[in-house]
Amino acid sequence: MPFDFYVTVAVQGVLTGLVYGLMALGLSVIFGVVRVVNFAHGEFAVVAMYLAFLGFAMFGLDPILAMLPIGLGFFGLGYLLQRHLINPFVGRPEHEQFILLVGLAIVLVNGLLMLFGPDTRHANLPYGFDSYEVANVLIDKVRVYAAAAALVVAALLFAFFRWSRTGMAIRACADNLLGAAIVGLDVKHLYALTFGLGMACVGAAGALMVVLADATPMLAPAFTLLAFTIVIVGGMGSMAGALVGGILIGVSEAFASFLVAPSAKSMFSFAILIAILALRPQGLLGRKQ
Amino acid sequence: MSVFAALNGRAKLLLTLFVLGLAAAPLAADRYLVSVLILIFYFAYLGQAWNIMMGFAGQLSLGHSLYVGLGAYIAAALWTKFGIGPWAGMFAGMAIAMAFGAAIGWLGFRFGIAGVYFALLTIAFAEFTRIAFDHMDWTGRAGGLFLPVRAEQAGQWWNLRGGPLLFYYLALALMLGALWLCAALRASRLGHYWLAVREDEAAARALGIDAFAVKMQAVLISSAMAAIGGTFYAFYYNNLFPAQIFDMSRSIEMILAPIVGGLGTLFGPILGAFILTPLGEGLIAATEEAGLSAPGTKAVFYGLALMAIVWVAPSGVWPWLRRKLGLETP
Amino acid sequence: MPLKTSVSRRAVLAGAAAGSAALAAPSIVSAQAGTLRIGVLLPRSGLLAQAGQSCHRGALAAPRVLAELGYRVELVHVDTESNADIARTQAERLINDGAHVLTGAFDSGHTLAIAQVCEQRQVPFVVNIAAAPPITEQGLKFLVRNFQTGPQLVTNGLRLINNLITATKIAPKRAVFLHANDTFGQAQRNAMDAIFPRTNMPFELVESIAYDPRAQDLSVEVTRLRSLRPDLVLVVTRASDAIKLVRDMVRQRFEPMGIVSPGSPGMYDEEFYQALGPLADFHVSNLPWVNPKSAMTQALERSFAATNPGNRFAADGFNAGFTFEALLIAADAFKRAGTTSGVPLMEAIRATNLAEHVMIGGPIRFDEKGQNPNIGSACVQNRGRTPVVVLPEDNATMAPVLPMPGWQGRT
Repeated sequence: MPFDFYVTVAVQGVLTGLVYGLMALGLSVIFGVVRVVNFAHGEFAVVAMYLAFLGFAMFGLDPILAMLPIGLGFFGLGYLLQRHLINPFVGRPEHEQFILLVGLAIVLVNGLLMLFGPDTRHANLPYGFDSYEVANVLIDKVRVYAAAAALVVAALLFAFFRWSRTGMAIRACADNLLGAAIVGLDVKHLYALTFGLGMACVGAAGALMVVLADATPMLAPAFTLLAFTIVIVGGMGSMAGALVGGILIGVSEAFASFLVAPSAKSMFSFAILIAILALRPQGLLGRKQ
Repeated sequence: MSVFAALNGRAKLLLTLFVLGLAAAPLAADRYLVSVLILIFYFAYLGQAWNIMMGFAGQLSLGHSLYVGLGAYIAAALWTKFGIGPWAGMFAGMAIAMAFGAAIGWLGFRFGIAGVYFALLTIAFAEFTRIAFDHMDWTGRAGGLFLPVRAEQAGQWWNLRGGPLLFYYLALALMLGALWLCAALRASRLGHYWLAVREDEAAARALGIDAFAVKMQAVLISSAMAAIGGTFYAFYYNNLFPAQIFDMSRSIEMILAPIVGGLGTLFGPILGAFILTPLGEGLIAATEEAGLSAPGTKAVFYGLALMAIVWVAPSGVWPWLRRKLGLETP
Repeated sequence: MPLKTSVSRRAVLAGAAAGSAALAAPSIVSAQAGTLRIGVLLPRSGLLAQAGQSCHRGALAAPRVLAELGYRVELVHVDTESNADIARTQAERLINDGAHVLTGAFDSGHTLAIAQVCEQRQVPFVVNIAAAPPITEQGLKFLVRNFQTGPQLVTNGLRLINNLITATKIAPKRAVFLHANDTFGQAQRNAMDAIFPRTNMPFELVESIAYDPRAQDLSVEVTRLRSLRPDLVLVVTRASDAIKLVRDMVRQRFEPMGIVSPGSPGMYDEEFYQALGPLADFHVSNLPWVNPKSAMTQALERSFAATNPGNRFAADGFNAGFTFEALLIAADAFKRAGTTSGVPLMEAIRATNLAEHVMIGGPIRFDEKGQNPNIGSACVQNRGRTPVVVLPEDNATMAPVLPMPGWQGRT
């Protein structure tokens, strides 16, 4: 097998993994701070895919740019959701959150089915079929753009949490909820902000996903599961971990497809997940609790 | 029957009426109703199995379709390939499901994996096994395993070959048997250990309870029960596909009833199944009657109903209903 | 479409919610005299929704054509939600509500679940689409299947590949078989493994690759395919996978002589044309197809345009055609039997002999197993973003073109 095939596969795995990583980042942020497990995560990603599709179909808006308004919109949606629907469930047992969010997931998937029908929807970008050729290695343009955009969003988020006052306050909530409340932080508001930020990540990732995959309501459960796998592998609550987890899963699936059997590729992801849970349950980059 | 004796007078009366009513129901009910009741009993039974792990011992499993699928596939394969009847096959399925349960439990409890992490571990095992069965020649790979249906075996009830009444009473027996078993377990020393571990594991350990052992017992009992459900399913439907029986959506489906009914309660899984399955069927009819024919409409209402139920009664409907019916033991 | 309801459904709500079985008297609503009531069970939501809704459009177009032909039917549409439990309970409900015949169910598992109900209740079941061989191997007395089994699809598909090679004078040396690892894909793989070695095809089958039907993209699969350098790519896809496959082939500049499906959905679905535009052209599907030269097909096409103004009959031809034929078979048997009673109606269905119908092939008849052995297959090539019959010549409206033109310059 010529060497350039291996390089192609590795690059494909890394690029796809970065976009997956951005999607998982949203889940990780929400869980790391609010301690709510968003079982409707993939469903929100698919809603964002449809919005990006609509933006392209109606206004010719490139999904990579549509990422900005969709991310903003999802921030607002996330804020309101947390404030009015999810907040009463914060601190409640996981199975109660689970039913609430599974119910929401069912509503979203089937609502999309009613609105858009079951056929896949696509944004046929003018450069959608182009690829870069570097020394015999062919890489799709859309994958490069999407991965680069994912990195930018992740970097912005990272900077926000690292250096802004609000970001630091949110981290304080995550580290010590009681302490944060005592020093007078508005925990409810900060939680809603965090949920909004997590949702903004999902929105952005969903918009990017449209250039890689076709939108259909049935994608959602697979996205949810993928995001969970990545987050646990990378480390729940760790931002860099989500990206690293995404890349690891992306690359391992790519090589499993190429060298073993494409039909069994996600077996390798689940094997990695089981190994991580047994050997390093806090995840690759997570902190021990 | 000491479990029954512990109930108050009104509870005894209602439970007796409930059991007698269901036993007599096929005399009056039509075939559609019978088929819906079979589904209700099936989900109530699986809900009981799951409830032992989550409701009693506090371990969140989101991969119970694994045990159901193993129980279904193993009994079905032994019957199809070697003519080994379902009663023997059921035990083989239970044994293998328990082995998987033990592996998951050992990994999870030995390494202190809990909550969502444990849930993901169970999902990972279920999904891994689904894909493995997708590639297993012996059971027809992704193409499915078809149980032969032969006219000459039609009346062999001991081989689970028969009509809806056979499966109705079988499912009813499973549900009531599970109720009795759960009640007995709850009242036993093990049941108290489970509750102690669920409420505060550190404290339970301090009292000398071997938390690892009692949690392992919960997984083993729960996985064996789920496997029996799988054997029932295989012989009721006569065809199995890895993508359907091991699917994560099946795991989710089977935990809705016990949570909606009331986690950790004895009657919750049954009540939950009696709410959710008729809710689904009723919504199909209701949306049809209202002329809402767009596919997905029913499911949207179903999802909204789930959210509404958990909003109004987060700890389940049964604790509330029990109070209303005056069944609290004084 | 009038959707009738009866006592029993409400009784389930009332009765079951009360915590015990209600006393619901079996309620058989008799249809107006002389009308056959057919329950149509299709997966219109859930995983199989795309195909289920495509079939449904055929069912919507059917009553008008059947009325023109002098048949009187009333359809009751039910969504199985891609769930065998619901397929089963809803089959029971439909029969309770007075359905005389059931039809469906696209998925083999759902079909068998419904078949058990029909067998017990002695109500005829006409299968529109479901390929698993066991369906007609179990001695079911109340089931007929007007669809090819997996092995038939592959046998006809390979024969047509031979004809295609002769007609276009291409000389492929190597082929790779790529299939979705799901129920249908695996059945096709089994048939391929059994049949290909016996067919003496003029090319070598280098490898068979199964891919994960839940995969988000197929770029690595295409890289692997490319590394095997096939002249022909034989594919068994599901509707949306075919898009990913072709898109990544274009991006990786991989241009085989042709992409041919030996019998599967994917390359004739509307979403394929929408997503790929000119790149959707020249791919070939070998499978049963509507006969463009039949008068009844033309009538169905007209009715389809009226009842489904947003959709093209050409792209729904396969699903809609078979769904229509299932209804035609039931309606015709009812006319001959003169009764809605299950046993004589089933006898009439078994004795079907319909020379005039919509799909390519001989008269619709059923063998002792309830299988129609006369269903033909056609070579359908995408031309101008429309599936067009190119072989056999009797049915063809265009001549086949292979090797397909390169990707470049199409847009």
